[in-house]
Amino acid sequence: MSEVAVELRHIVKKFPGVVANRDVSLTARRGEVHALVGENGAGKSTVMKVLYGMQRPDGGEILVNGKQVLFKSPAEAIEAGIGMVHQHFMLADNFTVLENVILGSEPTKGGRIDAAAARERILSMAAAYGLDIDPDALVETLGVGERQRVEILKVLYRGAKILIFDEPTAVLVPQEVDELFAALHGLRSEGLSVIFISHKLDEVLRVADNVTVIRQGATVAEVAAHDVTSRQLAELMVGSDLPVAPPRTTQCGDKVVLDVQHLTVPNPGARNLLNDVTFSIRAGEVVGIAGVEGNGQSELIQALIGLIPSSGTVVFNGTDISAEGVAHRRDAGIGLIPEDRQREALLMSSPLWENRFLGHQRTAPLVRRGILNRKVARTDSEQIMREYDVRAPGVDTAAYALSGGNQQKFIVGREMERKPALLLASHPTRGVDVGAQAAIWEELRKARDNGMAILLVSADLEELIGMSDVLKVMLRGTITATLDPAATTPERLGSAMTGAAA
Amino acid sequence: MMRRFSPQSIALSLTAPFVAAVFGLGVSSIALVITHHSPIDVFRSMWSYGTEIGSLIEMVNLASVYYLAALAVAITFKAGLFNIGVESQLRLGALFAAWLGAMVTLPRVFHVLFILIIAATVGAGWASIAAYLKVKRGVSEVITTIMLNSIGGALSAYLLSQHFQMVVVGSNNLTTKPLPESAWIPDLLPWLAKLGIEDVPGGGPYGLVFLSIAAGVLYWFIVNRTRFGFDLRASGASSTAAAVSGVHPKRMIVTSMLLSGAFAGVAMMPVLLGESHAYTLGFRGGVGFTGIAIALLGRNNASGIAVSALLFGFLEVSARILELDGIATEIYVIMQGVIVLRQVAAYEIVRRYRETLQARALAKAQVAA
Repeated sequence: MSEVAVELRHIVKKFPGVVANRDVSLTARRGEVHALVGENGAGKSTVMKVLYGMQRPDGGEILVNGKQVLFKSPAEAIEAGIGMVHQHFMLADNFTVLENVILGSEPTKGGRIDAAAARERILSMAAAYGLDIDPDALVETLGVGERQRVEILKVLYRGAKILIFDEPTAVLVPQEVDELFAALHGLRSEGLSVIFISHKLDEVLRVADNVTVIRQGATVAEVAAHDVTSRQLAELMVGSDLPVAPPRTTQCGDKVVLDVQHLTVPNPGARNLLNDVTFSIRAGEVVGIAGVEGNGQSELIQALIGLIPSSGTVVFNGTDISAEGVAHRRDAGIGLIPEDRQREALLMSSPLWENRFLGHQRTAPLVRRGILNRKVARTDSEQIMREYDVRAPGVDTAAYALSGGNQQKFIVGREMERKPALLLASHPTRGVDVGAQAAIWEELRKARDNGMAILLVSADLEELIGMSDVLKVMLRGTITATLDPAATTPERLGSAMTGAAA
Repeated sequence: MMRRFSPQSIALSLTAPFVAAVFGLGVSSIALVITHHSPIDVFRSMWSYGTEIGSLIEMVNLASVYYLAALAVAITFKAGLFNIGVESQLRLGALFAAWLGAMVTLPRVFHVLFILIIAATVGAGWASIAAYLKVKRGVSEVITTIMLNSIGGALSAYLLSQHFQMVVVGSNNLTTKPLPESAWIPDLLPWLAKLGIEDVPGGGPYGLVFLSIAAGVLYWFIVNRTRFGFDLRASGASSTAAAVSGVHPKRMIVTSMLLSGAFAGVAMMPVLLGESHAYTLGFRGGVGFTGIAIALLGRNNASGIAVSALLFGFLEVSARILELDGIATEIYVIMQGVIVLRQVAAYEIVRRYRETLQARALAKAQVAA
């Protein structure tokens, strides 16, 4: 149980002009789920790339099963029994599960692929580790959670005894997370080692045995998961005491900013994506939408901003905008933080100053009489970078070069700049580290106190309870419950979301 | 720090085309050696012929036409679309402009404007079929514009031979009625003379070279400085982000296709008003396709396309001398092809290097903060 599988000692990795890892040490034992946590940019990915042979360390030692090693490539790491399950899947959609698993290390018999042998092996592996999968299913028909299992099988098939998971839950819905964690426990009980990279601390505490915390490229602590709270972990990560959210002292206004009546998004041939949703938001009020992902929250936001056709009425600041398109609604004063920032809120290869225009193409002084004012865009972007602590060299940096958290801070800043009367905020702090999360919450609170109406959709129950003045629970496209956040707990909210109780 | 105009970034943007040109020379040398010619002799005679004043004028004339066609393609590239139909749009634009232009007599300025408007309208109209099918039926514009090229070619041949033809006794050349002189644009020989350049063999540069220059400035301004241009580029870069920002995707498809068709429609006007004065059976084919290559080589950028158009014109004109030596002039097509391919690859390499630079600058900023 306590035999050491992999040990990193004082790893140093420098990039020209930058030290990504100053002094990272980590010890993972057999039969252990070991979490590696740290803020965005703390050096988690770099140290794992070093372990996996994708980067060569500039200092320190790597020991696998007690022997010192130095991998020149991932192929050598795989040889030594180390496997990596990437955050973004690398699967051929038009192949079956079996074909994907054996791709690149096909068992052969008489010069032909021995599918029977492969199937047998995959099925026995799946049974041993509790990875439920049909080897003959086409990958394109699989859901995200199943695809991830295929990735895990791929790694196991190559004989990995030490598995690195790079933010595996980022793409999963809660049920899939549960399944993944069950699989991780299966791997652990078979004596494998799992290194789990994440910054979702509640998940880390649920699944890990031990936790290594790194901050600014150095290990700051190794703790047993049952000895710490997520708040203590967060403080270790940021290196200072977290600010405590003060209870709300201000009152929300009386003016109804958004009034939604019987909003319905049809889905021909199936259940309505959004069914008869009615609610309203007053000035200075935060309405939180809770629900398991895929229960109509995305459609609610899309219908409110005018992206998808819907029936029912939407009255904004006293005007019926039900028939208006996206441009009209945005220009009337509805701000939007979309759920998928890279696809919906950024032009990834454009510089930040150009991204300043996105969604605000019709707003003076940014654009006047159809002509772009680049100077205003640049100074505005500089201001956003300053006020929202967007860490990037300058406004000429392309959006793709920023980390997810910094992209999100820029997007939040861009929407807030205009002081919209209503903000539709979809997962505003998803993928953002603890420090930035606190900053974004603070901005939202300030805006709320100044009278902004906010619709908050989030999968983070603490965020929903902490921020909202009233909570609506969505299930299968309908609002099934209205809760008072002051009188609820994440557990009760969670059961309301699954329809167990209200 | 990656500033927009740092020496480093300028050097990087010049690297790709330079590497491409060197590579083009290399591959065509191999082709020449295989066919038992000395590359050095061939390039020397191409250079000396190509830099003669008459050749340079022809280069500019060719480039003025290619430029317009390439701008038409580039507009759709910017919007994330691909108008392969420039070939038939410019053909029909020229045909109708020649036919209708010859039916009226107007004061010079109005006559020229009238013809340009007809050419642009017909080009846009022909492109609108593809836009309509894309928006209403979801048919890929790549497929429809290719098919419309065939239809447009057949249609123009039919119209010319059956309806628009002026019968000339004793000639079997099919031609429209020549434009009246009020629609002719004189060449720029007098201007050259003022600059001290005389004894020019053949004609001078087309007067409508200025149309091409104006179109280039217009293109630059629309794409880079206007809201419409931003919406266009946003749609091309990320259709989802554009839609969320309030850009109407279908409207964008229609406007960009129409604008592209209009640029394509006027592409042959420098020739029509400056030299041929009629649409004839010998109408030059392939300009629309060359325009695609030029737009690619010029990275859809107004000045880049101008340089590429001149380069293509130069290669084509200078290769004509090779016929005298019994060398296939198509060697220039090999060069053009290799340059485009190479440019695309070289650009990709430079782009990746740039990304690395940015990532490094970013890492520094994060550590510093």
